[in-house]
Amino acid sequence: MSYISKPKVTHPGLPRNELGMTIREYEGGMSTLCAGCGHDSVTRALVQAAFELSIPPHRMAKLSGIGCSSKTPAYFLRQSHGFNSVHGRMPSVATGANAANRDLFFVGVSGDGDSLSIGLGQFAHAVRRNLNMLYVIENNGVYGLTKGQFSASADIGSTAKKGEENLQPPMDPCQLVISLGGSFVARSFSGDKEQLVPLLKAGLMHDGFAVVDVISPCVTFNDHEGSTKSYQYTRDHYHPAIFADYIPPSEEIRAQYDEGDAMPVTLHDGSQIVLRKADPDYDPGDVASAIEYLQRHRDAGEIVTGLLYIDEQKPEMHALNKSVAEPMSSLPFQRLCPGSGALKSLQDRFR
Amino acid sequence: MSKGPKENEFTIKIANVNGTGSASANALLMKVFFRMGIPVVGKNYFPSNIQGLPTWYEIRVSGDGYLARSGRVDLLIAMNAETYQQDLHEVAPGGYLLYDSTWPRRKQLHRDDINVIGIPLSKMCNEHFDTARARVLMKNVAYVGAVAALLDLDMDIIRESLQKTFAAKKHLLDANQTAISLGYDYAKENFACPLPFRAKSIDKTSGHIMIDGNTATALGCLYAGATVGAWYPITPSTSVMDAFKNFCEKHRRDPDTGQRDFAIIQAEDELAAIGMVLGAGWAGARAFTPTSGPGISLMSEFLGYGYFTEIPAVVIDVQRCGPSTGMPTRTQQADIMACAYASHGDTRHVLLFPSNPEECFYMAVQSFDIAGRMQTPVIMLTDLDIGMNDWMCRDLQWDDGYERDRGKVLSPETLERMPRFHRYLDIDEDGIPYRTFPGDHPRGAYFTRGSGHNMYGAYTEDAGEYQEVVDRLRRKWETAKKYVPKPAMEYSEKYRTGIISVGSCDDAVREARDQLKATGVGTNYMRVRAFPFTNEVQNFLDTHDRIYVVEQNRDAQLRGLLLLETDVEQDKLVPVLHYNGLPLTADIVFDAVNEDLKKGVAA
Repeated sequence: MSYISKPKVTHPGLPRNELGMTIREYEGGMSTLCAGCGHDSVTRALVQAAFELSIPPHRMAKLSGIGCSSKTPAYFLRQSHGFNSVHGRMPSVATGANAANRDLFFVGVSGDGDSLSIGLGQFAHAVRRNLNMLYVIENNGVYGLTKGQFSASADIGSTAKKGEENLQPPMDPCQLVISLGGSFVARSFSGDKEQLVPLLKAGLMHDGFAVVDVISPCVTFNDHEGSTKSYQYTRDHYHPAIFADYIPPSEEIRAQYDEGDAMPVTLHDGSQIVLRKADPDYDPGDVASAIEYLQRHRDAGEIVTGLLYIDEQKPEMHALNKSVAEPMSSLPFQRLCPGSGALKSLQDRFR
Repeated sequence: MSKGPKENEFTIKIANVNGTGSASANALLMKVFFRMGIPVVGKNYFPSNIQGLPTWYEIRVSGDGYLARSGRVDLLIAMNAETYQQDLHEVAPGGYLLYDSTWPRRKQLHRDDINVIGIPLSKMCNEHFDTARARVLMKNVAYVGAVAALLDLDMDIIRESLQKTFAAKKHLLDANQTAISLGYDYAKENFACPLPFRAKSIDKTSGHIMIDGNTATALGCLYAGATVGAWYPITPSTSVMDAFKNFCEKHRRDPDTGQRDFAIIQAEDELAAIGMVLGAGWAGARAFTPTSGPGISLMSEFLGYGYFTEIPAVVIDVQRCGPSTGMPTRTQQADIMACAYASHGDTRHVLLFPSNPEECFYMAVQSFDIAGRMQTPVIMLTDLDIGMNDWMCRDLQWDDGYERDRGKVLSPETLERMPRFHRYLDIDEDGIPYRTFPGDHPRGAYFTRGSGHNMYGAYTEDAGEYQEVVDRLRRKWETAKKYVPKPAMEYSEKYRTGIISVGSCDDAVREARDQLKATGVGTNYMRVRAFPFTNEVQNFLDTHDRIYVVEQNRDAQLRGLLLLETDVEQDKLVPVLHYNGLPLTADIVFDAVNEDLKKGVAA
């Protein structure tokens, strides 16, 4: 349970960041997710990213929707304000909070159900608004808390644990965001901290809406033969993967690979994902070629990762609004209220 | 109980086609009465449409100051052939109908008991104006000229009004003045002017303004210091944000840099609009969203969240006719129950009920104070009649000594001195905990969650811990009674019969009470201004034998709320209901009370 607090053990030799803080001070409560869940790796990556960036924890606001992914803000940065909102509606809360105080670092954690189904509308409009925040989608293709229904990112032909086949095409958040005019689009894998942490750091520092789609496997509900991410499928298409129909208390799987190589990565659930770093000549600043590239590789059964699209020139929400530089929440009242004299004269038009 | 028209007591109704520019001509006509010092109200009955459907504008002139819908028509200006038959029937016996005689009326469209005035408005305008658009527009101005002759309006005031409106557009000023003269001269030459009922300048409008409730609400939000406004366009609330934006552009924008001290966000839907308001409130800004019934339905999920997690938010519900899409351009008070308990679970919300634009201004400010003090969403319920019609109100006043009530917010300095902070502790035993803003201090951090939480703010599924929090929320509700506005009362120990009403019913009820008094029926009156109900409400219920509860919905929602939330016998509360989408009239209240009293006598 998340109300069990994690013992705060600090080793005297732990490295300290520019603020003189250790990574322990960026941690949160004990995770209540399944042992081996990819989301816990993302949590650790976020902790590391914030630590390495020396962000004062209380200057960060962490928000989420509903689902396994959305529980995770309780597991990092205990000195940050957290907002576990309602299902699919975190982007609107983040929009309002950011409108009120533009000086904070905002990080949102969502899932494929939260962002691509119930919250697709809000997600899409946060992209359009270019809200200044890091938006992490922990993407596992399945609903975990309600025990194994397909999500909108599930592949055609993959089956649920009880055999039902998914017939609808998957939604790719990265292609979606690029086509909506997003300003920062990245994809990574929870098992690849070396790739993920720099992307999260880049996203936090990006001035606008930074989407990081993280393939983050569900160890409990996608571990069966009919799934496109199953052992069987993996063996038929690439190479043998671990078949596991139980929840292993396993260690985190790590994938490390060099730029340019494509490689099949076996996830906890025995499914297979081909990860490919963007080619050296890939242009992450061109919408049309980025979408074409992503679609081509998706058709080939591969998942492209890395920083897929970035445009630092797009104005974020406050720039579009021509907002005052200081936070709206701290503007002095005298400046906001026009006073009795103005009220008197402005009523002339009502006479 | 209808009274015939007389000097400074009559109603004009104008039937138009929407999209033909009649609104400005009608507003001009209404303003002329106001500027002549005669109390007046203008009510717009318009379609949910952009162009081509019937629309009516009703001007009630009342030297005695009765400004509810009158329910009768003394002079009808029939500019829409499509509704002519219907309009003809509405004229009170002995009344007048003015029509465009450019086209002949069919014989069967006739009434012997009214006076018909034919003026060839189109013909005259076609002869005097060149463009098709001008011909259509000026026809409307020409009937204002005719009415000026028929009702003896002050021509200097009309001239001044036109000059004021068209100061920067000389060619439009000339055209308008020509059109006024066309109508005026024709009426003077062809009819006995003025009519037996006419307007006479008096001095009853100084110190007053003509303003609609949405504009007044927006002014309230401006003066309250709201910096974040999130909304999704919906009739009849849209003009709240339009007005707020205009005021902000003028008063909240640095003239040199162009930088804005406000953020107005047009959301993708109402679900997002309320989410933005909660996010902004959580982060320390005063934030609000204007909406209407369908928006309340969509916002319900987040309203429950705001209640349970204790975040200030202000929602303005400009009520329209439900259920479902209903009649978007007609008025009702049918969201009372939906707002009181919006969202699943044990949820209840503070409601404020202004009765006119003046109160919209003050209550909008109060809404932010109560939301901040109580750390909860506050819903201010107005309606289309208040929100979109021009009402005569006393000049709005502002006390420069006003200070925002942001409630129990811990400053960084206080947090620095505290050993630790817990979000939901009831330290002061009034049910209101302390809160902190993100970014202020590392010790202020807490986790906001709509899931079960204990008094420390931590997740819980523990029976006792959960119940402790929801019981405290109930105690907080009791505390809210100290902060909400008390009911408006008119009480005399002589009377044992009471009338209770809410919001825009007020004018009609006051008029009906005067009518009742004239027939020997004295009543006491209480206008409910807030939920939760304060002790004064219970006292009023206790001290009367029979109480008429007047409201504009089918299901007696205010009465229902009183039965649920106070200690009162069901039989004592007699529902008086009006819900066809048009504003309430005094006659409806007068007749209902009389009928019930007769029943009592018969029994």
